[in-house]
Amino acid sequence: MIEVQELTHRYGDRVALSKISFDVKAGEIFGLLGPNGGGKSTLFRILSTMMVPSGGGRAIVAGHDVEREPAEVRRHVGVVFQTQSLDKALTVEENLRSQGHLHGLSGAKLRERMEYAMQQLGLADRRKDLVDTLSGGLRRRVEIAKALLHRPKVLLMDEASTGLDPAARRDLSRHVENLRSNEGVTILLTTHILEEADRCDRLVLLHQGQIVAHGTPGELRSRIGGDVVVLEAGDTAALAARIQQRFGLESKVMDGQVRVEIENGHRFITEVVEAFPGAIDSVGLHKPTLEDVFVRETGASIE
Amino acid sequence: MSSFFLPAATLWQRELVRFWRQKSRVLGVVASPLVFWLLIGYGSNDLARFYSGALVLTVMFSAIFSTISIIEDRREGFLLSMLVSPAPRTSMVLGKILGAATLAWIQGLIFLAFAPLAGVRISPAEIVVVAGAVFLISFTLTGMGFVIAWKMDSTSGFHAIMNLLLVPMWMVSGSLFPMTTAHGWIRALMWVNPLTYSISLLNYTLRLPNAMPGAWASVAVTAGFGLLLLLVSGMMAAQKSTRSAA
Repeated sequence: MIEVQELTHRYGDRVALSKISFDVKAGEIFGLLGPNGGGKSTLFRILSTMMVPSGGGRAIVAGHDVEREPAEVRRHVGVVFQTQSLDKALTVEENLRSQGHLHGLSGAKLRERMEYAMQQLGLADRRKDLVDTLSGGLRRRVEIAKALLHRPKVLLMDEASTGLDPAARRDLSRHVENLRSNEGVTILLTTHILEEADRCDRLVLLHQGQIVAHGTPGELRSRIGGDVVVLEAGDTAALAARIQQRFGLESKVMDGQVRVEIENGHRFITEVVEAFPGAIDSVGLHKPTLEDVFVRETGASIE
Repeated sequence: MSSFFLPAATLWQRELVRFWRQKSRVLGVVASPLVFWLLIGYGSNDLARFYSGALVLTVMFSAIFSTISIIEDRREGFLLSMLVSPAPRTSMVLGKILGAATLAWIQGLIFLAFAPLAGVRISPAEIVVVAGAVFLISFTLTGMGFVIAWKMDSTSGFHAIMNLLLVPMWMVSGSLFPMTTAHGWIRALMWVNPLTYSISLLNYTLRLPNAMPGAWASVAVTAGFGLLLLLVSGMMAAQKSTRSAA
């Protein structure tokens, strides 16, 4: 449903995307995970036809080339922006109607689509409310309803849950999941939130304009054998060196922490604490997260 | 057909609905030219001489107010979804400009209610002609606002242009002093300033003094300039970009 080949984009001298390739199958929820400035937004802008790539490569969305046939792509794609794209001075219904008109929908057909979209996203009882009076979570849902009016095959969502509290975020995810199962819409979303990335079928990790890893969340996590042990210490570099010397283990030093990937982490903890009494301020152990995968591949953190 | 006119119509309507819900905007746009006019007019004991200038200023403020919103609207607002919709960019431009021009026109008409103070006596039939002239001027000034706003990244840039270009243009348009008494190079500026023709058009239709250049030249230049700006706006908006439009 989406095919990206060797896509490259530069802003002046700065390379924002460097030979990116991946594909998204019909009906998938696909994530682009990475820190801000990693290239997610650039990729999103190109896929949503807001700008054309400046460095070659191509992107096919719903069977059409974004650069050569933007009008065709726009007919089949619904876009949910990171920033608000609603008119706050208009009601929910008025916003949807305007959007329908932009897609050439009118009359009974438009009314029926609006009705359906509002039902799907639980907005029917708020239809007469001015957008200005709605909560952040509700506004996001109106954005999605708006993007779905023309029955797109693909829904592109840019950091759609930014600024929402955890409850609203879960609620949004539920609606997205429903769309996929009820409508068969293919969904591509960008995010820097781990729990959201975890709910994707597959994802790519973007860092400095390059794909550093791709796969299902499970596959990605399994790259790390065992557990992740996080040690906080005053002198992290020294601690890392001593761990290397004593246990022969590679570790990463980041933000005042030493991170070690190891099987049976609980055993390592007792050993390391006994080996260097007083050198460690705090100890933590967790199962690998996507953040750990990101750290492993890039040495940088997502947040 | 409907895929061209429907988007334009919905944008036009949106401008009007927004305006209706924020009626206090009228006060902001009409009040300051009105105060300027009354102060300068009574101060110089010649309300008639400054009337057309004040009316054009009202229309200009309204046009600027409406088009400056494009800058924000594109980054965070309704225009974003227009940019990724299949609606032709030209229809979007037409809808936005016609909508904003209609608002400027309505506010120009409100200002027209004060014409009797300037000693203007015109028949109801003539009012239709005046209203037409005000619409033409509204359309042209809105087109000017659009062309400026489309390339702008920030509203502060627009304010700079307003102070350095639009307000000086207005000053040397015959709004404050007539062409006949102006110094040589200022007079040359006045001849090439499209706004001069707007002021002169109003002076003609309202039968106020200092209607110069001629009536037909005034209509032709105002309308011609407006169409040119519409064309430029359409071309700018249709351009593909490797920078983000938003």
